[in-house]
Amino acid sequence: MRRDPFHAIADPTRRAILVLIAAQALTPNAIAEHFDTTRQAVSNHIRILSECDLLKQEKSGREIHYHINHDKMKEIDNWLEQFRKIWDDRFSQLDNLLSTMKKK
Amino acid sequence: MNLQFDFLVDKEKNTITVKREFAAERHLVWDCYTKSELIDQWFAPKPFTTKTKSMDFSEGGHWHYVMVDPEGKEYWGWTEYTKIKPIDFYDTLDAFSDADGNLNTDLPKAEWHVHFSDKGANALVQTTVTYNSLADLEAVINMGMKEGLSSTLERLDELLLTLNK
Repeated sequence: MRRDPFHAIADPTRRAILVLIAAQALTPNAIAEHFDTTRQAVSNHIRILSECDLLKQEKSGREIHYHINHDKMKEIDNWLEQFRKIWDDRFSQLDNLLSTMKKK
Repeated sequence: MNLQFDFLVDKEKNTITVKREFAAERHLVWDCYTKSELIDQWFAPKPFTTKTKSMDFSEGGHWHYVMVDPEGKEYWGWTEYTKIKPIDFYDTLDAFSDADGNLNTDLPKAEWHVHFSDKGANALVQTTVTYNSLADLEAVINMGMKEGLSSTLERLDELLLTLNK
């Protein structure tokens, strides 16, 4: 369960963290500053995101910076896109049906 | 023409929510969802086709239908109507079945809530599909991918061309 990236993005704080670090790599402290919750709670979210492979660490000296793992994010995107498309195709057909009905 | 289309998967609640706007009045869209001769014309995504075996659109009634792929393979479905409020919403229990209407208990069941509203001169339909578990939701999605429900945009384009003539 923990390894499922969908578990990671199901939580609003974790989604907010992903949006933050999508813009730039940040240290855990810099991430925590953006939230009202405890430092501990934010670390916990970061840990889950890392376990799901959505974050990549980069050490420079004693500092750790977190980056977004674009490959993993793309995996989520592809999975959703397949399913979304089924509905999209279905609705296109309904559009056509409706437009022929209106002409009658 | 740009019609609203929102698609949301919530893996914590095991739901899929789909919102779509249609360039037609609400009662017309309602008919397309609730009359067999109309739903047969659009419900199965290409290249599948839908055929209704029986439909009784009333509370406690059902829709027994089949989706057929280009090789002629059949996928039977059984939808029970649990609550209906024309032309606002209807609720269903959706299951897989066989040609005789016996429910397939190995495959996931889902609850559907289909809500209709006005958006200016257009209609907005919000569909919420709830599965019993995350595993069920994933099983259905994987099934759809395996059966190749996706792509085939070319065929859709062809259809559009013939309809526009």
